[in-house]
Amino acid sequence: MSRLPLEKKVLSENDRIAQRLRERFLARGLFCLNFISSPGAGKTSLLERTLERFIPSERVALLTGDIQTDNDAQRLARFGFPVKQITTGGTCHLDARMIERALEDWPLESLNTLLIENVGNLVCPSSYDLGEAAKVVVLSVAEGEDKPLKYPSIFFKSELMILNKIDLLPYVSFELAKARAHALQVHPGMEIVELSCKTGAGFDDWMKWLERRREAARAREVPVPGQHRPA
Amino acid sequence: MHELSIANSILEAVRKERERLNGARVTKVGVRIGELAGVDPDALSFGFEVLVKDTDFEPLALGIEFISRRHECSHCRHVFKVADYRMDCPACGSTETRCIGGDELELSYLEVEES
Repeated sequence: MSRLPLEKKVLSENDRIAQRLRERFLARGLFCLNFISSPGAGKTSLLERTLERFIPSERVALLTGDIQTDNDAQRLARFGFPVKQITTGGTCHLDARMIERALEDWPLESLNTLLIENVGNLVCPSSYDLGEAAKVVVLSVAEGEDKPLKYPSIFFKSELMILNKIDLLPYVSFELAKARAHALQVHPGMEIVELSCKTGAGFDDWMKWLERRREAARAREVPVPGQHRPA
Repeated sequence: MHELSIANSILEAVRKERERLNGARVTKVGVRIGELAGVDPDALSFGFEVLVKDTDFEPLALGIEFISRRHECSHCRHVFKVADYRMDCPACGSTETRCIGGDELELSYLEVEES
């Protein structure tokens, strides 16, 4: 019996596809976010309120993942931007191949922002790179403030934590300061925005973060030779 | 519970390596899993056993090495394991340390029967 060293990532196939997607996005100055949370933390509501604030000429598109139903795609389609539902049929996360397949018949040149709503789950989606510029984790105050300590992987890998449903703070025993401290313990330097999708409180902070990051992506755009992009 | 998908990816890698080794008999595959990888070792072992059973992979064992989160001190360069989220440098006390490992999800070795 002999032991052969094998230095390879377990998800190298997914990472390879994700990297291919990331290069396509970067070349077009397209800014892609991957939203992750437990079920019911408010990912779809966050996206609805965000789309409401975009002017109709914004070149935004959405992919939304669920195990069953296209309810979320229906909710999001009302705003007039392209939306596609990815129904995983049992799989608890999106992977890079699903994204690549969903984008096959979409003209990426016509977009500058792609928002991906992952399957509601704080664990599994954290392992799969989708080619996004950043992961955003949404935690609602109806959950526990120790979630970052219990599910460190996703809080470690997300650049921004959105603390949603702050309108419920008077009714729940959730300490914002503790939640922030726990998130920063797992991920020192992580950015945090507190907001309510229901009342709109704090929403400007989120839109400012999004705008800042979209600007940065545009600035890094690598023009594809011989290809004209609409202004 | 995405450990079944992860186990499947491990078996895909074993299948490819087996072909590269001209059909050599692989008896064990080793993986490294960081505590920040979001993968549960017990669930992975279970999923792996289920997928291997009654296939031509049998008998194939899975060796899991669980890796702690590691930080490096920005001042004295000391590298240490992080336990209970204590991230200050145990050597010089600095609070400026950065994460340099602990999210591994890697294949590390194959054990192959000599023919």
